[in-house]
Amino acid sequence: MKQFMFLFKGGDDVWDAKSEEEQGAHMEKWMQWIGKMAEEEKYVGGERLYPAVKTIHPGGKKVTDRSFAEAKELVGGYITVKAETFEEATDMAKGCPGLQWESSVEVREVWPDEV
Amino acid sequence: MEPKDHIDSTINHLFRQESGKMVAVLIKIFGTENIELAEDVVQDALVSALETWKFRGIPDNPKAWLYRTARNKAIDIIRRKKHSKTIDFSDPERKLLTSEYTLANTMDNFWKEEHIQDDFLGMMYACCHPNISPENQITFILKSLCGFSTKEVARSFLTTEDTISKRLYRTKAYFRKHKIRPSIPYPEEIDTRTTAVLSAIYLIFNEGYNSTHDDQLIRKDLISQAMWLCKSLLDSKRTQLPEVYALMALMCFHTARVDSRITEEGALILLSDQDRSLWDTELIALGGNYLNQAAFGETLTTYHLEAAIAYQHCTALNYEGTNWKEILKYYDLLSNIDNDPIVSLNRCLILLELHGPEEALLAIEEIKDHKIIHTYYLYYAIMGEIHERLIQTGKAVEYYQQAMQLTQSKPEQQLLHNKIVRCLE
Repeated sequence: MKQFMFLFKGGDDVWDAKSEEEQGAHMEKWMQWIGKMAEEEKYVGGERLYPAVKTIHPGGKKVTDRSFAEAKELVGGYITVKAETFEEATDMAKGCPGLQWESSVEVREVWPDEV
Repeated sequence: MEPKDHIDSTINHLFRQESGKMVAVLIKIFGTENIELAEDVVQDALVSALETWKFRGIPDNPKAWLYRTARNKAIDIIRRKKHSKTIDFSDPERKLLTSEYTLANTMDNFWKEEHIQDDFLGMMYACCHPNISPENQITFILKSLCGFSTKEVARSFLTTEDTISKRLYRTKAYFRKHKIRPSIPYPEEIDTRTTAVLSAIYLIFNEGYNSTHDDQLIRKDLISQAMWLCKSLLDSKRTQLPEVYALMALMCFHTARVDSRITEEGALILLSDQDRSLWDTELIALGGNYLNQAAFGETLTTYHLEAAIAYQHCTALNYEGTNWKEILKYYDLLSNIDNDPIVSLNRCLILLELHGPEEALLAIEEIKDHKIIHTYYLYYAIMGEIHERLIQTGKAVEYYQQAMQLTQSKPEQQLLHNKIVRCLE
């Protein structure tokens, strides 16, 4: 089994515009999506991130806050899953509820795949 | 602002009713290796409730308020301990607690009403694990599932807080070491496991019903907790077994008479002298219903027979009108189920009423070789009674005196003393 990371990007503006009830219902979908993977023993773990960003630029001297132009690329969180192939992982990622709320999911294989 | 007494009594009632359920849910969340953590969260939630309600009044749904508070505290603890080894997050049920994507919803699932009752019953079965001694079982049940303080448990068993703490420690260590997972047993073993749960409940009940201490409040508390525990078994389909109904019926019949068997000074009143108008007719009727429900299926337990005997007593208009014949039949059946010399002794008392002292004496001759009987005050008390009826008062007094030496109970000693006085008059 290989491990893959799903990086969730963007969608913060949509999230912020929703009511608490809508957010709650949306998280229930996340629960079902991740819960199903957990049942199949394919879920490893993950974290959700706050939107505040500090970027330390190459060289290590320049530090900036995030700019609005990057909102769509902002990583909002990640989870790690197990899958046999990249294709399987990609199919699994298509179930992410964030896709309905203008997030994108980037699928990346964890390096190295076997320890 | 609400009067303080009102808040105190509401929270006391709520604490007793809900703390055990919350502890059961939290043990499921944190694991049996973290029972203290679960108990601390419940304690915290109750303290928060008391502090908040003092100023803002009791909310419309205090139970929901408590559960929500405990839930939120549990979330805080999960977040704090996510990277420590305290909680075993490799458990599939707990894995989803580790990510913010799923923490809140997973937590809410744990607190769903339909799971709470099962978790509570699961804890009851876990507490009554065959490898845990009966005294440790009931200590743990009272402390963790009935919301008793260590001090209250100590007072219930007339022992020290230190002893109780040691019992609790041993039980928790057992849970930790064997990673006990609380659950309602599978159908194939539910009967044997329920037997253990019922005998723990009956022990708690008897501690309240028969115990010799004069603290009426503690006694009533123990009785009502035992009935509440039994009722929660009856609330779940999987544990609605005939023997559970039978024990519930038995406890109703006993409780219906509890106020009439002791004077205000704490002296025992014999059945023949009890004021039957004090008996709780509603509770007797309720017990009758439970007894009917206990009659389904093939099972005939000692609880069935004891309940049937108690029912006969409860429904007799007066002592003379007691259906001793019917009661003797139940005692005969009881002796068949378990050959307990104490049952045989009580059977002799029935013979005494039904056929007189000669026959009772013959029957008691048959069992007098049992070792345990000679250490039991009731044997000598009955022998005294038999000889008193045979008008051999000298012998009767001797037996009563021996009986007095064998009981620690003050009310029983007093009762025997009265009999001696009666003989000597």
